Amino acid sequence: MNRRNIFAAGIRDGIPICLGYIAVSFTFGIMAKNAGISVWEAVLISASNLTSAGQFAGLSLITSASSYWEMAVTQLVINLRYCLMSCALSQKLDARFPFFHRFFVAYGVTDEIFGVSVGAKGKLSPFYSYGVISVAAPGWVLGTFLGIVSGSVLPARVISALSVALYGMFIAIIIPPSRDDRILRYLVIISMFLSFIFTVMPVLNRISSGFRIIILTLMIAGAAAWLFPVSEEEPDVSKESKQ
Amino acid sequence: MSRNIYIYILVMAGVTYLIRLLPLTLIRKEIKNTYIRSFLYYVPYVTLSVMTFPAILGATANPWSAAAGFAAALILAYMRKSLISVSLISCASVFLVELVTGI
Repeated sequence: MNRRNIFAAGIRDGIPICLGYIAVSFTFGIMAKNAGISVWEAVLISASNLTSAGQFAGLSLITSASSYWEMAVTQLVINLRYCLMSCALSQKLDARFPFFHRFFVAYGVTDEIFGVSVGAKGKLSPFYSYGVISVAAPGWVLGTFLGIVSGSVLPARVISALSVALYGMFIAIIIPPSRDDRILRYLVIISMFLSFIFTVMPVLNRISSGFRIIILTLMIAGAAAWLFPVSEEEPDVSKESKQ
Repeated sequence: MSRNIYIYILVMAGVTYLIRLLPLTLIRKEIKNTYIRSFLYYVPYVTLSVMTFPAILGATANPWSAAAGFAAALILAYMRKSLISVSLISCASVFLVELVTGI
């Protein structure tokens, strides 16, 4: 595939992200408005941060006039999961492309863009990332804008429906490989089960969602790597196929 | 708001960008260690699973419509439908259930 086709594939996979982003950032826009933040400032936050939990937390720190240090530490803690994702992407990125591309790919390391990037076949071309970013990021900014300008542009029912777009996408990424690979299948089930336990169990449910993701990822992926090391270049899933 | 909002935004964006950038630029070579390679191979599956469930159940106006969206996505993904169709039909299921139940 040439660059143009790869870019187009990125755009295609970016469309569900764009829709989901509009729904989520719409809520962010409404909250920013309530916090007394101007349209331009809210749009600037969304365009420069491109992250959900971090922005919501940042908003409450801005309104409570917290220190800049507090802001830095909060962002570090909430967004630390991106560090794990970037480590994984550093191995997936096609090394044949010039180094400077990594500075642009880094901008788009979000839960969702990471999700489609690891789901892409073979090595990752920066042009695939650019395709995804080119539709996902405007969706994030547009939703913010719509939310702060007017809370009534999109009906509540549509917002509610679009709220599952991102989860639907995650499922579309993890289920097909788990269908063929027994280890991945159990990995997905165990991860969802433990995530559920961490959400409902007293004490454990006080861990923030960002840390829950980090703790469970280190624990489960760490154990899986120890028990079931992957030896080949590209793990062969076809031999496990039930078909 | 006594402090400068632009400095807040700069701090937020700067910290978030560095978290994303540093691993991508510092880990330039292919990792040979089997344990780390395997760990990084498993990371996305665990991360995406943990982020999806049970969070999806609280994403919509009520848990029933969310469960419908979740079920639709699971079935379609199992049938290897494309990313966008899984995502959009999942949204449509939520919409329909909320329309029918009137919530």
